[in-house]
This record gives sequence, structure tokens and C-alpha cells, in this order.
Amino acid sequence: MIELQRLSKRYGDTLAVDDLSFTIPTGLVTGFLGPNGAGKSTTMRMILGLDRPTSGKVLINGHRYDQLAEPLTHVGALLEAKAAQQGRSAYNHLLWLARSNRIPERRVAEVLDTVGLRDVARKRIGGFSLGMGQRLGIAAALLGDPAVLLFDEPVNGLDPEGILWIRTLMKSLAAEGRTVFVSSHLMSEMALTADHLIVIGRGRLLADLPMGEFIDRNSRSHVRVVTEQPEALMDALDGDAVAYRRGADGAFEAVGVEPGRIAKLASGRGLVLTELSLQRASLEEAFMEMTADAVEYHAGLAASDHEQRKQE
Amino acid sequence: MTYATLAPTIRPSIISRFAPVINAEWTKLRTLRSPGAMLIAAYVATVGGGALLTFFINKNFSSMPTDAPFEPVRSAFGGLVLGQLAMVVLGVTMIGGEYASGMIRATLAAVPERGLLLAAKAVVLTAVTLVAGLVIAFSTFFVGQAMLGKHGVSIGDPNVLRAVLGGAFYLTLIALFSLGVTTMLRRQTLALGILMPFFFLVSGILQAIPGVTKATQFLPDQAGQKFLQIHHQSKDAFGPWTGALITVAWVALALLGAWLTVRRRDA
Repeated sequence: MIELQRLSKRYGDTLAVDDLSFTIPTGLVTGFLGPNGAGKSTTMRMILGLDRPTSGKVLINGHRYDQLAEPLTHVGALLEAKAAQQGRSAYNHLLWLARSNRIPERRVAEVLDTVGLRDVARKRIGGFSLGMGQRLGIAAALLGDPAVLLFDEPVNGLDPEGILWIRTLMKSLAAEGRTVFVSSHLMSEMALTADHLIVIGRGRLLADLPMGEFIDRNSRSHVRVVTEQPEALMDALDGDAVAYRRGADGAFEAVGVEPGRIAKLASGRGLVLTELSLQRASLEEAFMEMTADAVEYHAGLAASDHEQRKQE
Repeated sequence: MTYATLAPTIRPSIISRFAPVINAEWTKLRTLRSPGAMLIAAYVATVGGGALLTFFINKNFSSMPTDAPFEPVRSAFGGLVLGQLAMVVLGVTMIGGEYASGMIRATLAAVPERGLLLAAKAVVLTAVTLVAGLVIAFSTFFVGQAMLGKHGVSIGDPNVLRAVLGGAFYLTLIALFSLGVTTMLRRQTLALGILMPFFFLVSGILQAIPGVTKATQFLPDQAGQKFLQIHHQSKDAFGPWTGALITVAWVALALLGAWLTVRRRDA
């Protein structure tokens, strides 16, 4: 279990992480979601003791990261692709990592197999593609067979096949009982992999809830209805106590109702509907709404853009 | 298998924590091409440079200035000004390569005890450069004395063995100094950009400026090179042992600065 207790990080005038407290549940994939610049990477670096918190602390099973003996056997992390020296082979990169934490050398070949890099194990990392670099980073994270895995934006720059592979891997790691903490700025990606969701914006906690709850709460839908007999439809809807509002184009937006029920209502009264469709707000929209206030530079950039164009 | 509960973490003793870190640093060093290449470059430059210099000294010995006693060991180590640059590169890349590639984060995640990490790097660098330094120093000495012919000295002559061993330690100290400076700067290119010209040019140029000459003897390279002399020269501000101590102090200062930097900075 990882606990963040009132964690803050200040860089000069900017508060990158602002009084962040949450617990990463054990044995689940927890999505760590936030717009770019929300403080996700900084938080992950503080979990690993790479960056020193301005205040607050992170405890991993009750210990600070730097108090863990052989930390790679407790926590594995993928922070950025290609955090490796170009001139070394993939095998030797994993070998020094293994040596540093008394991990048996056979694990090197095992994790290279797991991530599908066996054939290029002796090749220099400098010649690796972004996707191969990402796989090597994941191999390094898995090396110590840790109970906790941290992945910072693991699908960045990957092709669809690689993305699918990472999704499957994260789920299978959680199924083995491991804790997986994965950051992303894409809600759609998280909806597919995460069991639990932690959303931050401008370094502050915005949401901490199970994925299912987030979906239920945010996937609002309505039925869009267009007719040339709006008066009659209004009567029909009112008569059946269906809640609705009128869209800008005059279309009806009925909520809490199935399209089928509207179709029956209309046909019962001989109304002609020119359009009847179910509209679903995407989770991406819900996420953007939630973080709208927290997106840094958002409005400011748009305004200065505008200013510049006017001057030109 | 379930990962829900973990045994509490008990820290093993310092020795048992240190050994794997040294092992890892040694593995890092031997799995790159550049460190080996740098040791060979140091050998070729130091031995070759010295051979060339002593060859010409022997040829023109009669026209050498006679106001100061001739330094046969110091002359044989004439290639050191070039050879030490390879040691600078070795010391800089020992940690600079990790900052440049971003691998330092993987290193610090694997070894969160930063003092231990720096110590392991220093130990491995010392071991490697000392072995290489001994090979280079004795080769340089014997080749140089062969070139000097009857003007040369024997290893058994007064102060000669001390001076040759000094050549080996000098190379190690320069590598360690470079490791310390690079760790403080945390930038490989910046460290190379400062250390290479300093050791190759600046120190020598400063030495040639009248009035500054005395002070430049306290610079890490010039102080250390005093150890290569077997005679006392009239311009010397201090003897070989003081010189060695001054260079060791420079190295200690650089490593102390490195430790203070690495223990509190964000990676």
C-alpha cells in the first residue's frame, strides 16, 4: 500500500503538487489522471524518493522509499522511455540493475522474454525504437518481481499494438495481486484499464473513486428528438412525465428515458419524428469538465494567441 | 502468490549494502566501450608523449639549460599533460553519462542511498585508474629512461620509485577530481567544457604569467606533479609530499561538494 500524506512540492513560485493526500489501493490498477502539467510526474518522482517533497511524505507499506532494502524488489517504475545509456546493450543495462539489488541474473533473461526483447538483448540501446525503449523500461520495472509497479505515461509514443500489449500487461499484473499505479492524460485510456481513479489538476486532488462510480456519475445521456410537430410532442412528453429541454436548434433533449419509449409515445399519437437518437456524453468530456478550471495556461494561452494574431 | 503483505524492511549492515552497489558500478563501467578506450588513450598518450620528449632531450642534451638540476622522471612523464585528459573524460563520464541520458533516475531508484552510490563510484574509479595508472607509470618510466640513455636514472636511485608511484596516483586523483566536479555540476558537457581546457591549457597559461607562477603551484595538477620531481628546484614553493597533500585536498573538496550536491538535489 502506498500512502501520500499531505504531499507538496514547490519549484520557485510554482506549487507543482499542492497538499496531496491519497492511498493507492493494493492489487488494483489505479489510474492517475490529470492534464499535462498537473503534477503527475512530480508526484511519481517523490514516491520514488527522486524528488524531495517540500512538505508531507510518501509511505510504501509504512516505509519511506529510501528506507527500503533492495527497493527494486518492492517497487518497480517506468518513469521515462530510454532512461538508459545508449552505448550499453539491453542485457547489460538490466544486468547492472539486477546486481545493484542482489537480483539473480536469470531474471534478466526472464524479463527480456516477458517484454519481447529477447532477440535484441545484446543490441545497443542506442539503436532501439521508442517502443523498444518503453519495453526495456518495463523490463527494468519488472526485474525485481516487485509488488508495486509505477508507470508514468506508458503508452506515450507507442503504436496500437504496443498500447494493447501494455493494457493487457497491466491487467495481468494486477490479477497477480500486484498494485499498479499508472499515470495518463487520456481518460479514454484509463477507462479501459483502471479499476480505480485518482484525478489531479494543478497539483490538487480532484477525485479519488472507483472507476465504475466515475462512469456511472459522469456518463450522462439524453435522447435527441426532432419533429415537425413540436407542440404535439411537448404534450405527449408532458403527458407521460418525461423530462426534457430544448436544444438550440429546437431539438428536444429528453433525459432519463429510452428512445423506444419516445418512439411508442410518438406513434401512439401519430407524430412523425425526423430524428430519434441516443446521445452519450463521453468520459473524456466528463474529465475535461472536471479539470477545466485546473488546466494551466489554458485560457491564458488562447488569449495571448488571439492578441498575437490581432497584431499581425 | 499474493503481494498484499510484505515483510517489514530490515536494513542490512553497511558492508552488505555497499557490495552490490560496487558490483553494479563495476558492471556499468565494463559494459561501455568508452572507459576501456580512455584507459588505452591514457596509456598511449602518456607513454608515447614521454618517449617522444625524452628522445629529443637525449639528442639535444648538451643544449639543455644547466641552471637547474635535470629531472629525468618528470621528463619521462612529459606526456602526462595529454594522458591526464583521458582520465578527466573517464571521471566525468562515470556520472556525467548518467545525467546526460537520464539514467541517473534509474540509478537513484535502485540505490536511494546517495552517499553510498557516490562512494561506490569513487571506489570503482579508484580501483580501475590505480591499476591502469601503475601500468602506465612504470611503462612511462622505463621507456623514458631507455630513451634518455646515459642521462636516465634507475628505479633504485633516490626518490625515483616514489616519483613513479606518484605518477600512478596522480592519474587516479585527476579522475576522482573530475568525478567530484561533474557530480556538483550535474552536466556532462559543462564538466568536460570546464575541466578539459583547464587541465590542458589554462593551468599552463597561468603558470607562464609572471607573478602568478607561485600561486599556480597550488592548482590540483601542478601541485600533484611536484611528486614527479626527484630534486628540489629553486622555484618550488613546496616539496613533493606537500604537493601530493594539496592535490588530495582538492580531490577531497570536490568529492565533499559532490556529496553535498547529490544528497539533497532532485534527480
